[in-house]
Amino acid sequence: MVNNIEVLERGPEKSTLEQEKILQIDNLKKHFPVKSGVLQRTKGHVRAVDGINFYIKKGESFGLVGESGCGKSTAGRTIMRLYEPTEGKITFDGEDISTQKERHLFKLRREMQMIFQDPFSSLNPRKTVGSMLVEPLKVHGLYKGSKERKEKCQEIMSRVGLNPSFLNRYPHEFSGGQRQRIGIARALVLEPKMIVADEPVSALDVSVQSQVLNLLDDLQVDFDLTYLFIAHDLSVVKHFSDRIGVMYLGNMAEVAEKTDLYDDPLHPYTQALLSAVPRSHPRERKRERILLEGELPSPANPPNGCVFHTRCPHVMDHCKEIEPKMQEVKPNHYVACHLYE
Amino acid sequence: MSEDTVLDVRHLKTSFFSKKTELPVVDDVSFSVKKGETLAIVGESGSGKSMTSLSIMRLVPSPNGKIVGGEVFFNGKDLVQQNDKTMYKVRGNDISMIFQEPMTSLNPVYTIGEQIREQLIYHQKISKREAHQIGIEMLQTVGFSRANDIMKDYPHRLSGGMRQRVMIAMALSNNPKLLIADEPTTALDVTVQAQILDLMRKLSKEYDSAIILITHDLGVVAELAERVVVMYGGQVVEEASIEDIFDDPLHPYTEGLLNSIPKIEGTQERLDSIPGTVPTPDNLPVGCNFVTRCPYAMEICKQEEPTLIDKDSSRKVRCYLHEEGVKNHGQQHRSS
Repeated sequence: MVNNIEVLERGPEKSTLEQEKILQIDNLKKHFPVKSGVLQRTKGHVRAVDGINFYIKKGESFGLVGESGCGKSTAGRTIMRLYEPTEGKITFDGEDISTQKERHLFKLRREMQMIFQDPFSSLNPRKTVGSMLVEPLKVHGLYKGSKERKEKCQEIMSRVGLNPSFLNRYPHEFSGGQRQRIGIARALVLEPKMIVADEPVSALDVSVQSQVLNLLDDLQVDFDLTYLFIAHDLSVVKHFSDRIGVMYLGNMAEVAEKTDLYDDPLHPYTQALLSAVPRSHPRERKRERILLEGELPSPANPPNGCVFHTRCPHVMDHCKEIEPKMQEVKPNHYVACHLYE
Repeated sequence: MSEDTVLDVRHLKTSFFSKKTELPVVDDVSFSVKKGETLAIVGESGSGKSMTSLSIMRLVPSPNGKIVGGEVFFNGKDLVQQNDKTMYKVRGNDISMIFQEPMTSLNPVYTIGEQIREQLIYHQKISKREAHQIGIEMLQTVGFSRANDIMKDYPHRLSGGMRQRVMIAMALSNNPKLLIADEPTTALDVTVQAQILDLMRKLSKEYDSAIILITHDLGVVAELAERVVVMYGGQVVEEASIEDIFDDPLHPYTEGLLNSIPKIEGTQERLDSIPGTVPTPDNLPVGCNFVTRCPYAMEICKQEEPTLIDKDSSRKVRCYLHEEGVKNHGQQHRSS
C-alpha cells in the first residue's frame, strides 16, 4: 500500500499539483481495539480505515462516498484528529499533523472545522446560538472586544441566511434546516481553510436539503473554502463534489473526477453502487441493474486479498490472495482492482 | 366503488388534541387503490403521510390522536366504524404493514421463526408445523437461501436489509389484499434498497397485492409506483399517474420538490429550492397551506383555501392556478 504514494504523485504537473494540495492522506489507518472479558483484553481490531490514500486540492470539494460501515466517517474524524490515527500520514497545508500533540493542534482546529449530520444532537440545548458562536472566538483570542465579537457573529448569521437577532435564541426554537445553518455558522466563524462536512444534509427534508447545498456552494466561493464532503447519497455527492473517492470496507476502491466516475465507473463495486441508485424518472426503470450478492463482511475480519472479492461479479483467483494496488488507469482516474493490471 | 377497488379513503380527517386545541394532521384526504396497483404517498416530514396510513390501520396514537371524520372503505366495510376485535383480524391478514425501522419492528427476545409462526397461527388457524412450513417458504420467496437457519435466529443476528426482508415475508405470508409500506427502504443502503425494491416489485406481481408506498424519496417513487398522491400540510395537493407527476407536475409544490432533488443523470450548476420550511400543524397559514413558500402565490391564495379539483379523469390538484376563472389571473402573475 505504501508505494501508492508514488503513483498518486506521478504526472507532469507534479510541482503545481504539490502547491495546490491542501490535504494529502498517505496510507491512513484507524483500527479500533475490540475488548472483552473481565480484564478488558484486546481480542482483535476493527479495521475501520485500512490504508487509504488521496489528496484534496485548494478550493475543491472532495466527496467521500460509501455505504454504512465503509469507514468514511471514521476517515473524516481521523483527518480532523478527533481520532488518533493508527498509522499513516496526514499532511495539511504542508505540515504533517498526524503525530502532533494535542496542544499543537490548536492552530489546526481553527483552520479545519467540521459540520455534523444531526442538527438536533450536535448543538448544546442549554446554550444560546450567540454563546455557541462566540465561544470559539474567545478560545482562539480573536476579535478582542466583546462588541466586535458580537458583530462578527451577526455577520456570520446573516451570511448563512439567519436573522442576526436570533443570536439570543436556543436551538429548540429552530427547525432542522435552520439548525444545520447554525452548525455551518459555528464552523465558519473561525474562517477555516477547510471544512469536513459529514452527511450535512441527510437528516433534512428534500426541499430544505437543496437550500443547504446551495448555501454551502455559495460559501465556498465567498470564504475560499475547501470541502471534504462525506455522504452516502450518490446523487447529492455528484451534485456537490469536483472529485470523488469511493470507499468499501475501510479501503479506497476508486478515486476520479466526478464526470469520469459517473460516466465510466471502473471498479466493480462503483458500478454496482451506481446502478443501484434510483433514477429520477420512471422511464429509466427498466435499465439493467447489477445486484450485489451477500452481505458486507465485518471490518473486524475483512477478507484476504481484495476486500470486495466475496461479492464481486468479476472475481478471479488471485483477487482472493493479492490485495490490489491503487493505480492511475486513465488520467486522474485511480482504481484499486486487478481487472486493470 | 368499482369492482377492483381495494381501498377507498373518503374525506378522512385525523386530529391531535392538546389542551383543548385541535391540530388537524390529516385534513380531508381522499384516494383509492385498485387491485394490484402501487400507489405512492409522497410528502416531507409533517405532511401527514404516515398519519394517513396509521389512520387506515386504526393505529393512531390515542388518547391524543383521533379520527374525527371520513370513511375508509375496505372490502365494503368502513374500517373507521369497526370495533377493535374486527381490526385485529384485519391487521396483518387483509392489510399488512411494513415500517421504516426494521430494527425496532421485530421483537428482540423471540426468534424469527416464532414471530412468523405466531401471526400465521392466529390468522389462518393452522398447526404449528404447517405454520413453520409456510414460514420457510416465505423466507425463501424473499431471497433467503438458508431459510431453516434464519427461522432459528434472533433478530440481532441479521443485518438491516435481512430484517426488512423478514418483515416483508411476514407481511405477505397471509396473502394480504393491501400492503402498506411506510418508508420501507429509508434506513437501508442503496445496494440493499435496490434489492428490496426489486423484491417488492416482483412480489406485488406474484401475489397481486395492492401496495401503498409511503415515502419522501422521489427516486423510490420513480422506481416502484404507478400512481402518486402528493401531500402537504395534511392535505392531498395533487394526484396523478407516475408519468404525469414527473413530466408535467401541476401543483407548485410538486414542481418545487422535483426541481430540488439532485439528479444522478446529467449535471446541474445549481439546485432550485423551495424557500422556507414545512409548516407544523399548529402553524399553518391562512388560505392555501403552501402560500408562504409558493412562487406563484396570488391574493386569493392568502384568503381562501383551494379545493381539490378533478383536472381530468386521472388527475386531481388543489391549486387556484388550475381552477377556471382564477386561472388567467394566475398565468398573468406567472409571466410577470
